[in-house]
Amino acid sequence: MTEDSAAAAPGFVAARQWLDRRRQDAGLRPYVVYVAAALIFGLFAVILRHDGFLTASNLLNIGRQAAPIAVMAAGMTFALAAAEIDLSIGSTTALSSLVAAEVVGEYGFVAGAAAALAVGAGIGAANGLITVKVRIPSFLVTLGTLGIVSGIARNMNNLQSLPIRNDTFLAVFGAGSLGPVSSLLLWTVVVGLLGHLVLHQLRWGRHVLSVGADRNAAAALGINTARIRVTALMTSAAAASFAGVLLAGRLAIGRHDLGENLLLTVIAAVVIGGTNLFGGRASVAGAVAGSVVMAMLNNGLILMGLRVADQLIARGVIIILAVALSMREQKER
Amino acid sequence: MTAVATDDRAALEVSGLSKSFRAVRALDDVAIDLRYGRVTALLGDNGAGKSTLVKCISGIYAPDSGVVRVNGVERSIPSPEAARSLGIETVHQTLAVIDPLDVVENLFLNREHTRGGRLGARLGVLDKKRMRAESSEILGRLDIRIPSLRRSMSALSGGQRQAVAIGRAAAWGQQIVLLDEPAAALGVEQAARVLDLIRSLRDAGVAVLLITHNMDRVTEVCDRAVVLRQGRKTADVDVGAVTKDDLVAYITGARSGGLA
Repeated sequence: MTEDSAAAAPGFVAARQWLDRRRQDAGLRPYVVYVAAALIFGLFAVILRHDGFLTASNLLNIGRQAAPIAVMAAGMTFALAAAEIDLSIGSTTALSSLVAAEVVGEYGFVAGAAAALAVGAGIGAANGLITVKVRIPSFLVTLGTLGIVSGIARNMNNLQSLPIRNDTFLAVFGAGSLGPVSSLLLWTVVVGLLGHLVLHQLRWGRHVLSVGADRNAAAALGINTARIRVTALMTSAAAASFAGVLLAGRLAIGRHDLGENLLLTVIAAVVIGGTNLFGGRASVAGAVAGSVVMAMLNNGLILMGLRVADQLIARGVIIILAVALSMREQKER
Repeated sequence: MTAVATDDRAALEVSGLSKSFRAVRALDDVAIDLRYGRVTALLGDNGAGKSTLVKCISGIYAPDSGVVRVNGVERSIPSPEAARSLGIETVHQTLAVIDPLDVVENLFLNREHTRGGRLGARLGVLDKKRMRAESSEILGRLDIRIPSLRRSMSALSGGQRQAVAIGRAAAWGQQIVLLDEPAAALGVEQAARVLDLIRSLRDAGVAVLLITHNMDRVTEVCDRAVVLRQGRKTADVDVGAVTKDDLVAYITGARSGGLA
């Protein structure tokens, strides 16, 4: 052995051990989403090179599209981690945009955002308490609140958009930027980082994961599983509300359907990102990356010139494929 | 583990315990005493009520009637948390380990150390370094060997998972440890290690309740044996005073023994 390879060997061995440990523990699954993001980016960069995919304005556009998806996905990660699901996030986002628009005109931008978040937390608390107390699967509870919240949003301003004229609100939550970085991206990074830290560094995050992995075991160790499930659903709804604030800030309106159709996209982003649809495994960073994947796909399909109807079909197929792939690996494990 | 004096004081006294599930009377007026520094075997056929009794003591089931005394003081145990805060730790048949969490996280689950002062404690900011250090200390003291503390439980063998579950109970069960068939799925060598663990708990003065089907284990480590049959206690005897055949006879209902 030459001295050179002897010096290189420890690093190599360490890398191999790290890889082996990863494989045995969580599998390499958590990293698939980043590879997928890079592959899709490369693919579109080649096929769509003459259609403006790589222009700065288009990349920024992808980022802006990804922002609300990523914020919702970060919240949904906690619901799924706790083995719950929140189908009402789309309508919560929409209602929150209206509430923000309504309140911001009267009481200023902080109150506007706070009111929206409070509405979200309230919807989440209702979802959680009904799930836990009445013992109905959150799947069904949130399917119900989806309709209720959506109806309330439609009643609120008679299907009309509510314009937002508060410049501070628009700068902080939408059109503004800090230096060259759009405030939307900044918020996304903040939410993603916060979610990641909460999941990995706080007791609550570990308890959410424990309850989702094995509710009986968590209960046997004295964890208040009901409290964890309710707060996980509150987190997902509050995040959806914040996405509503960001959408309202970007578009300068509140409207009954803002973000309403994002539910499937968000679920796909979270699951592609390595979170188990049935609890016990979660990645906030993966969910954010999954959101970028979904936004890129959306953007690429539009640039390819697909009609709206065909986009819907293509997106549906992609979602099923992506989820099927990640579920298959989960079953194998 | 703080060493509790190995005297003959009762750690846990249960009397008149009954529990029904609809029409089925799972436990009928059962009494059992656990003493510090003693291992009590809880024996009985499948469905005799052993696990139900353990679940009533560990706060998972609420008994219909009965009195539980811990250190001579009457207590109600409405939740697993209540049991744990009374110093009662349980290793359930299912082990209650969380697969995606690592060894340290499992050992400290719901007993986490936090850092960052008061605010950190409120937020629950985990002190991972301290928990890791204490974990290796706990496992080292019990001579439990795990390849890496950062391994997730799903990557461990059955024996290692069992060892972590018992290690957790031993680490927190300062007074009373309930073991529901802890060696059921283990190989010979691993089962022997579990018995060593039980002995070291006993020597540290802990009151141990051991559910098992294996009569050899009873004679090897247990001081007393309580036998349940169809939810009723049919024997409560010193292990030294009976033979394995006697125990089997109590379990099958051929005889009863030691009851006042």
